[in-house]
Amino acid sequence: MRTFILKRLLSIIPILFGVTFVSFLLINLSPGDFLTTMSLSPGVSPEHIEQLRRNFGLDKPWYVQYGLWLYRLSPFEFPAGLKVPDLGYSFSSRMPVFTLMKERFVNTLILSVSAEFLIWTIAIPFAVITASRRNRYIDTISSGFLFLGISFPQILLSLLALMFAAGTGWFPIGGMHRLGHEVLPFWSRFADLLHHIFLPAFVLAFSEIAVLARFARGALRDVLSADFIRTARAKGNSESRVFRRHALRNAVNPLVTLLGLSFANLISASFLVEIIMGWPGLGRLTYDALLSKDLYVLMASLIAGTIFLIVGNLFADLLLAISDPRIRYE
Amino acid sequence: MNKWRILKQNREAPAAGLLLLLLYGAALFAGFLAPYSPTEEFRSHFFHPPTTIHFKRQSGGYGAPYVNATYLADPMKHVFTEESSFPVRFFVRGARYKILGIFPSDLHLLGVDHPGHLFLLGTDQLGRDVFSRILYGAQISLTVGLIGVFITTCLGLSIGGIAGYTGGWTDALLMRIAEVVMSIPAFYLILSIRNIFPEQIGETHISSEATYVVMITVLSLTGWAGMSRVIRGMVLSLRKQEFILAAEAQGGSAARILVRHILPNTIGYVIVRATLLIPAYIIAEVTLSFLGLGIQEPSPSWGNMLSAAQELRVLQHYPWILAPAFFLFLTVLAFNFFGDGLRDALSEKQ
Repeated sequence: MRTFILKRLLSIIPILFGVTFVSFLLINLSPGDFLTTMSLSPGVSPEHIEQLRRNFGLDKPWYVQYGLWLYRLSPFEFPAGLKVPDLGYSFSSRMPVFTLMKERFVNTLILSVSAEFLIWTIAIPFAVITASRRNRYIDTISSGFLFLGISFPQILLSLLALMFAAGTGWFPIGGMHRLGHEVLPFWSRFADLLHHIFLPAFVLAFSEIAVLARFARGALRDVLSADFIRTARAKGNSESRVFRRHALRNAVNPLVTLLGLSFANLISASFLVEIIMGWPGLGRLTYDALLSKDLYVLMASLIAGTIFLIVGNLFADLLLAISDPRIRYE
Repeated sequence: MNKWRILKQNREAPAAGLLLLLLYGAALFAGFLAPYSPTEEFRSHFFHPPTTIHFKRQSGGYGAPYVNATYLADPMKHVFTEESSFPVRFFVRGARYKILGIFPSDLHLLGVDHPGHLFLLGTDQLGRDVFSRILYGAQISLTVGLIGVFITTCLGLSIGGIAGYTGGWTDALLMRIAEVVMSIPAFYLILSIRNIFPEQIGETHISSEATYVVMITVLSLTGWAGMSRVIRGMVLSLRKQEFILAAEAQGGSAARILVRHILPNTIGYVIVRATLLIPAYIIAEVTLSFLGLGIQEPSPSWGNMLSAAQELRVLQHYPWILAPAFFLFLTVLAFNFFGDGLRDALSEKQ
């Protein structure tokens, strides 16, 4: 098990190299740089632009920039010794990328984890209830409902949620805290956060809830018709015990694989939800950095997204090993 | 033809297929079905609510449909008042357009005489007819997915096929590249590739035709990795099978064996995967245009039509501006149902 985790963690390194290389290449293939817009303004002299370009290191060829960026990111000092890794400097907000991103990264993480929590706490009970009743009407209605959920575009759902929040006034629009939240006691702050996060998390979770519920229901159905369930019933176990101890535990394995996948999806999907619903996460930051060609911010958020995705998959593999004793990684 | 029968026995798939035919048909004949040109601006009727079609006569009883002409009675509260009525006419002459982009025509299915208007789904901030723009927008939004997925499939088949069949260094290299592409969250990747292409050359914005090609390229470049990995896996297991060994023993060239014997066996998976990938591409196009990185005004796309809804005031007071999103929902739903039916039909063992 330990060697497996170690191997997986080591395999992330070449992928991260690949991802940073591809990202750097893509960003540099795009026309212009951060200073292009500034140079259009008549108030800024060309000499000043040249000076800034040299200061930012944008005058060097892209592979040199990439090398320097990698060197700054590495914890090793040339020629010997250690240093603090540096993600670079944001051109537009004039502060270190790390300071800028730290909070945003955590916010996106909070949003995704809350969405994941909603997904599992809604989808699994839904699947359990609909799988155990062999009623044709409940079945038709619930599968129709799930199919609608899978196909419901996030863009429409976010806009409808905004409309709902604005129309009823029950939920705040945008942001994650109310004004002056710093002075509140811990529990009111927590309630305030819940109040702000509910709609974005729900919108983010919505289609994944349907995906997971559909999948879980199928898995449960398969398990419930297996021989060992009949045996468990024949031994005189109560129906709820059969369900909890035998059916659910066997049905959950394929679902755990979905966990990693859904986490990866959430990262990509949170982009749009954050922008529409005003959640101060990585999505908005990346979008602005992309438009202003804020090179190092863009690189950092691409890496952050990639790490999210890879760690999500790794997490799913590990959970699978824990939940299924038959799986042993060597 | 057994597969067709299974597909037809499926409850939803035929209906979904029909809906898709209708949607694509509507896009194809947008000029004829749309009452107005997508760029015609009725400035005095901006944010006009959907026109009510009346059947009930004022004298009592029912008759041919008619609409009431409207004018902006209260600009502060944005209230339109109805006045004199005009019958809804069929096959009327109106704005000029080209059937299939070739034959010029000015015949429209529905129309109302001036000063009456037929805004079936209301108008937007510039007074353009939302329904007409949805139909024209469908020409872009619906085909981006179709063409993009076609190119993705070709890329996936050739890259996955070559990697799986030749093995060795080529395989290792191609699959490492695919892994890197798959490790970047999809939307981040789409945005970075989109960013390579300039928004404007010099002072002029690039044309919407060029943007259209750019969108297709961007989507194809992001989607190939997942498909080629699965195809490679299938090719790996197929090439060990006896009929392939037989073909090799008969001296078939590698290219011939790959194209004629191996890849045709992956077709079931490819069709299902492609059908389910189309809605994802359509959504990606809509999202990009929504964010202002796709099709630019005044050309309509479902995405850039929704951009107006980002303003909360608009969203609250003029909710018909969300209509394109419901068409998007219908399209995605139809593709999902159809793809599901296809999967059931193709996975059925004969």
